Amino acid sequence: MGDFISKVNRRTLLKGSAALGAAAFASPYFFTKSASAYVNDPSNKSSVILGFNVPQTGAYADEGADELRAYQLAVEHLNGEGDGGMMNTFKPMALKGNGVLGKKVEFTTGDTQTKSDAARASAKRMIEKDGAIMITGGSSSGVAIAVQSLCQEAGVIFMAGLTHSNDTTGKDRRRNGFRHFFNTEMTGAGLAPVLKSNYGTERKAYHLTADYTWGWSQEGSIKKYTEAMGWETVNAVRTPLGAGDFSQYITPVLNSGADVLVLNHYGKDMVNSLTQAVQFGLRDKMVNGKQFEVIVPLYSRLMAQGAGDAVKGIFGSTGWHWSLQDEGSKAFVKSFGAKYGFPPSQAAHTCYVQTLLYADAAERAGTFNPCGIVDALEGFEFDGMGNGPTLYRADDHQCFKTVLVVKGKENPSSQFDLLEVVEEVPAEKVIYDPNGDEFKGDLGACNAG
Amino acid sequence: MDAILLQVLNGLDKGAAYALIALGLTLIFGTLGVVNFAHGALFMLGAFCAVTINKVLSLQKVVLSQTETTAWGTPLEIRTPFAQEWFGDFGLTIIDYSVPLSILLAIPFMLIVGVVMERGLIRYFYKRPHAEQILVTFGLAIVLQEIIKAFFGANPIQQNAPELLQGAIDFGAMFGDPGALVYPLWRMVYLGFSVVVILSVFAFLQFTTFGMVVRAGMADRETVGLLGIDIDRRFTIVFGIAAVVAGTAGVMYTPILPPDYHMGMEFLVLSFVVVVVGGMGSLGGAVSAGFLLGILQSFASMTEIRDLLAKVGIVGLDQIIIYLIAIVILLVRPRGLMGRKGVME
Repeated sequence: MGDFISKVNRRTLLKGSAALGAAAFASPYFFTKSASAYVNDPSNKSSVILGFNVPQTGAYADEGADELRAYQLAVEHLNGEGDGGMMNTFKPMALKGNGVLGKKVEFTTGDTQTKSDAARASAKRMIEKDGAIMITGGSSSGVAIAVQSLCQEAGVIFMAGLTHSNDTTGKDRRRNGFRHFFNTEMTGAGLAPVLKSNYGTERKAYHLTADYTWGWSQEGSIKKYTEAMGWETVNAVRTPLGAGDFSQYITPVLNSGADVLVLNHYGKDMVNSLTQAVQFGLRDKMVNGKQFEVIVPLYSRLMAQGAGDAVKGIFGSTGWHWSLQDEGSKAFVKSFGAKYGFPPSQAAHTCYVQTLLYADAAERAGTFNPCGIVDALEGFEFDGMGNGPTLYRADDHQCFKTVLVVKGKENPSSQFDLLEVVEEVPAEKVIYDPNGDEFKGDLGACNAG
Repeated sequence: MDAILLQVLNGLDKGAAYALIALGLTLIFGTLGVVNFAHGALFMLGAFCAVTINKVLSLQKVVLSQTETTAWGTPLEIRTPFAQEWFGDFGLTIIDYSVPLSILLAIPFMLIVGVVMERGLIRYFYKRPHAEQILVTFGLAIVLQEIIKAFFGANPIQQNAPELLQGAIDFGAMFGDPGALVYPLWRMVYLGFSVVVILSVFAFLQFTTFGMVVRAGMADRETVGLLGIDIDRRFTIVFGIAAVVAGTAGVMYTPILPPDYHMGMEFLVLSFVVVVVGGMGSLGGAVSAGFLLGILQSFASMTEIRDLLAKVGIVGLDQIIIYLIAIVILLVRPRGLMGRKGVME
């Protein structure tokens, strides 16, 4: 005993006190974490972290960069900086311009590389290491579906960026996931009437389709609506993703008897296949006594820049376009243009809107708990975000809003002025049964971690 | 019949593109024994020579409008190319011909790139295993790609053929059946260009003293060295020539495929298959395999053949035909169509 006492000198005592102090300091954190009702609960912090998961490298890096610009702008506006953008037009809105629920909004970023595994890894890192309370972003349906499923398992909200496949809110829908962007079904429903009035009901269509989930979804939707109005599908050929030279797929079109070519391609594939189809003289051809036509169901302004003159006069659809004249679009374009010197893309628009929608849902719910957010977003109706009155449908977490049918502009006034909006198809014309055969899925229960 | 002729023409056109890249690749392998995975990146660098020239020629004078504004409230920029301002219509013609003009930049630039690459990096790997050569050249390809992406972005950049060479030739009209056989004019130009380049490389190796020494070096490097000839210097120049072939091919390909930083990788894989099928190090093999695979790939995509194959339950053959042929050839002739004994064995 005496030995023991003699060993307890001043230094040992100090070490022991330091260890006790550290344990005491750390314990509230552990208790808080285990006592929290949900993952990355920011209750004891002055800020909240959002995770922006976009392609910063790879083929969609430019699209990802535009998404990131939009996210940064959204964060500024949420924190009361800048001109406020769409926060001046968004209705009904609970946001006050002082962050979200009084907490300053901060963000962390991840690089999806447009690869599902990389996107999941970066989302996981943002949730586990950076403490992100919500994940948003993506420029591909494959990535969106993979990250959505990860967020469901992790117990955080996923606000999808640019993803157009029916499956994201169809068979792969999740309770924690929400999509503002439109899908291939809405493209088909919106585009078909315009095609009918411009090209008639007696057409023979040839499809070239990117051989992956989005391509199949797009081909199915266009076939469904064009065949319903009397068009015949002559052939539908699957092309490998990233084929580069599509000439061997275009030459059979020339003698197929088809008078319409539908290019179910996006991104680089769209740029290449469209450019090459034009080079093969398809647009100057007369078949069955009619002018040969090319259709690109999903347009992206950034990609249209790559295709140059080839897009002129070609119909397609897009989620949003900077030339829209509603108050919300004008406010967003003004804010984005003033900060970056050029107009935002549709990817930037959907990402910006998704961030504001999430923040507003948290403000209305009075919590960052994912289940509270889900309740606040399900069935939420809003306006002033650039596509007219919009509904976040509770059944599948899909937004229903105006779909834009666009055409490549004949005489563009600038490098950004490539598409002209020919019709704004209202939401009620593109709405569908969430439990129809092609869309059936199970949202499951919300997961707060 | 028209459909068959069209596919033959398409096959020749595709084959020419494959042959041209494979030619440089096999030339490097045959002379230096290096498996150059950066060859696709050289093709891509050539393509970006065209992009650079176009950007330089299209440099614009920007005047801010006093009256009009953009949608975000800043004064509208009125842009006029300097070439047009200085030279009028002639300036616009120069911009129109930017792709063929880029060849003038691409030849010296690619020659320098090739020589620097060989002297600065590749030569240290001559005596190293092929796996290490592949790793270092592949790494170099990624570095070059990322540099290009940092400067030009990730999206494809459209390059137009001169207006005179845009559009399509109606071969059918020449034989009294207009519209039956139509083919893009620039692709025909590219086919002709490829044939000229391939013949020039063969003629250079066959009919010049330099070529003779290189061929001798390819056959027996040591003996040529013992004769007092500096074969390394000649092989360095051959590397430069291979880079020029790849680079000019890249320049001329830009109106067909809008270039992006990744285009080289896409061609690299196909070119390696072409080289392997043709026989490693065989120039004739690379060229014939290029045309053979181009034609087969084109025919596999024909509607009639696809329908026929679908009836027997085979779908998607067009996507794998090249690799299937490569497997068959390697099983039947392990050295490739015209492979030399002892190469990579």
